[in-house]
Amino acid sequence: MRYLPLTPEDRKAMLAVTGAASIDDFYADVPEAARLGGKIDGLPDHQGELAVERHMAALAGKNRTASEGRFFVGCGAYKHHVPATVDHIIQRSEFLTTYTPYQPEIAQGTLQTLFEFQSQVAALTAMDVANASMYDGSTACAEAALMACRVTRRRRVVLSGGLHPHYASATRTVCEAQGIEVVQLPPAVDGELALSDAVNDKTACVIGQSPNVFGTVTDLTPVSEAAHADGALLVSVFTETVALGMVTPPGEMGADIAVGEGQSIGNALNFGGPYVGLFATNQKHVRQMPGRLCGETQDADGQRGFVLTLSTREQHIRRDKATSNICTNAGLCTLAFTAHMTLLGDKGLTQLATLNHEAACLLADALEEVKGVEILTPRFFNEFAFRVPGNAEAVLAELDELGVIGGVRASRLFPGKKLDDVIIACATECTTEEDIAVYAEALREVL
Amino acid sequence: MSDIHTVSGSRGLQQREDLIFETGCVNKTGVDLPKPKGVKPRLGGVARKRPTDLPGLSEPEAVRHYVRLSQKNYAIDLGLFPLGSCTMKHNPRLNEKVARMPGFADIHPLQPQSTVQGALEMIDQLATWLKTLTGMPAVAMSPKAGAHGEFCGMMAIRRALMARGEIETRTRVLVPASAHGTNPATAVQCGFKVDEIKADKRGRVDMEDFKAKLEDSSDIAGIMLTNPNTCGLFETDIREIADLIHAAGGYFYCDGANFNAIVGRVRPGDLGVDAMHINLHKTFSTPHGGGGPGAGPTVLSEALADYAPVPFVVKDEDGFHLVEETKGEGEDAFGRLCAFHGQMSMFTRALTYMLSHGADGLKQAAEDAVLNANYIQARLKKVMTPAFDGYCMHEALFSDAFTAEGIETLDIAKALIDEGYHPMTMYFPLVVHGAMLIEPTETESKAELDRFCDALAAIAERAASGDESLKGAPYLAPMRRLDETQAARKPVLRWVPPEPESLAAE
Repeated sequence: MRYLPLTPEDRKAMLAVTGAASIDDFYADVPEAARLGGKIDGLPDHQGELAVERHMAALAGKNRTASEGRFFVGCGAYKHHVPATVDHIIQRSEFLTTYTPYQPEIAQGTLQTLFEFQSQVAALTAMDVANASMYDGSTACAEAALMACRVTRRRRVVLSGGLHPHYASATRTVCEAQGIEVVQLPPAVDGELALSDAVNDKTACVIGQSPNVFGTVTDLTPVSEAAHADGALLVSVFTETVALGMVTPPGEMGADIAVGEGQSIGNALNFGGPYVGLFATNQKHVRQMPGRLCGETQDADGQRGFVLTLSTREQHIRRDKATSNICTNAGLCTLAFTAHMTLLGDKGLTQLATLNHEAACLLADALEEVKGVEILTPRFFNEFAFRVPGNAEAVLAELDELGVIGGVRASRLFPGKKLDDVIIACATECTTEEDIAVYAEALREVL
Repeated sequence: MSDIHTVSGSRGLQQREDLIFETGCVNKTGVDLPKPKGVKPRLGGVARKRPTDLPGLSEPEAVRHYVRLSQKNYAIDLGLFPLGSCTMKHNPRLNEKVARMPGFADIHPLQPQSTVQGALEMIDQLATWLKTLTGMPAVAMSPKAGAHGEFCGMMAIRRALMARGEIETRTRVLVPASAHGTNPATAVQCGFKVDEIKADKRGRVDMEDFKAKLEDSSDIAGIMLTNPNTCGLFETDIREIADLIHAAGGYFYCDGANFNAIVGRVRPGDLGVDAMHINLHKTFSTPHGGGGPGAGPTVLSEALADYAPVPFVVKDEDGFHLVEETKGEGEDAFGRLCAFHGQMSMFTRALTYMLSHGADGLKQAAEDAVLNANYIQARLKKVMTPAFDGYCMHEALFSDAFTAEGIETLDIAKALIDEGYHPMTMYFPLVVHGAMLIEPTETESKAELDRFCDALAAIAERAASGDESLKGAPYLAPMRRLDETQAARKPVLRWVPPEPESLAAE
């Protein structure tokens, strides 16, 4: 077996050193009834690289990739071009095959990139500090709700009707377990400002999203003002990081916690994971943050270096009193993010954001001209909702047959909410003018 | 050697590397994008007021930045990485190749399910492997890491107690003192309170203490127990523990962090387990990546299967589909753990690894991991103090009893760095004084193990004789010991521009 260096002779010699008669001696503590005699039934034996690769390639071959056709799906995961350099960097052995930087003297590579990542996220969100990442945007959102409850010592959380339903659902799961009241506002394309009316003096936080799941961009400043007047926090969510190159970032709208999905920068679609959750807040709340933090310090020779810090918030020190049970971060996805962001810089990011926005504007212009189509999203970045006559699911299925994956039907995300005629479509820098023309033509044919 | 001064700040192959914020600038970029067309914006004025100030680097500068930084890291590909409880085994490169196949990497979680049948089938195949290897009837695939899997399992238990109408009364979860910190943290996050059980002199659950905790069992929700446990030992009384917790009306959550020691030899389903997460990055070789991403699929017993979170994959005559709603087939689900369907590109790596090893290879891997750990324990027990008598499973645990006064576990760990090794896990588990937990894994050769044992034995002898020079180690690493107290006292968590000179001068 190619991954096992011990030879039969090694095993024999080593057993002799341990004093064991056979390997079974090491398993003597296993209750007899539970000991397996031979191999486990129903699973194949080992195979060479070629056979395994063929098996996996056959499965991969049954999927239609986002690059194959005309592709307009967004809603929390986005098809972007990632520079070749990024994948090369994250496959460096020293990054790929190392662990959490618990021994900083031999982990400055990981630690410095985390420090740079935190600095980039803070700059991007216009917040004071960011952590070293969460699992993904949705779990970052759930953690933000819990953090707001710790900060305010209140137990009521209000979710906007434009918050990604998966984010809302993940947040509900963690809140309900702790008996925190969750108020969900009804789905609304342009309803983020309704959070202002739902806040009261029992509210820990209101959670709004911009751009929201329908693509609508909203200045949440009135919401943060209303929340702060009642002593509540604003959690500002985004699922498309590229948007922050152009739209008002959370910190400029008075957000107390900013959370988002970082997949768009450096990370492939990967059918939903792993992604990278971004989490930022203001200086005064740092000690209530969940997750890993990297900080600057010095070594015994006075050289600048970096370490994991403020770990007294974390589970391995605080156990049942920790701010979260999280024990990892998104590691390699974080590295992909920071490497891509370093290649972009402000100049590249702004340009990338502009290209995304322009592609979406052109798509909206083209679809709007199709009879029966009504664009619902009033202000958007790179995705928007539109209404079609009839059933969106049927329309998308027919578009699919014409080679167009036309977006996400709102009813998949909001089942039973009477959004059966709504499609959410997305365009990015990968979308060509031809893609847009083909989509509009296909839609004309279908409707 | 360390007193040679260099003008550049570099030291031979160790290149000095500043922060991107010091070397990059806002009007430099490493990407060439087409010029915007000047389309009329539809942002409605919700636009950024200030630039991001994010520095950019050209491609050659960026490549050099990250390669230089990478060379300041230790990694499995460089040498033995004996971090106990972390399972730093070789990461096969075929896994990386497969994960990057466009058919897996370039598909969107919300594209029509008819266009991702291969992806759903892949998840189903991995689920079958996991269920078969553990002897459990169901598995939740969406947890994003081990701790997230713990959360998943404990939420399923919570939901089962709700269905029984006992969630208000059954609030106590038993957790051994040796447990990983995530266990108590998870129990609390699920709304339970933690009751700690003692360890006995053999490093296992103290059965008397355990039974005493069950005397009044009306409030027992369950137990969270790691097996093999964090001392690297199989819980001898595990079957009795399972029976007693079930008789008390509670559930058995098994922390599967150390499943790698027993794959193919024992099925947790035969031990009375109700829920167990599996760290794909440990047992099934997905890369640790500097701290993530992990993946923590959680197997569930018959008693908990219905409460698994959405989404999950089912197969019918039309092929595979995802149950995404908490109604119909997902009616009893406790909800959703995260957006989308889990750590897909970790699934592809893990399945690739399983197919490579096969049922025979996985069993051999577990046995070799256990043999390697016992070999280390046997070779070092003359110069170090094993924490417990007898054989270990996949990791060898020592206390600091052999060290001279003034020399700590930390000093031994840092001296290992000078010998070219990553240190072992230090000061964990908490039940052993100055714990040193060594997990070699199955992917080390005998020659590597011997070299490591020689180095550690020499350090142990210095520690026993009170060699004060250990206090200054490491001497040969890219950095000397870092001041963690300063970092925590005055946290600097992001780069800030230096003050203008006129102000700094005042």
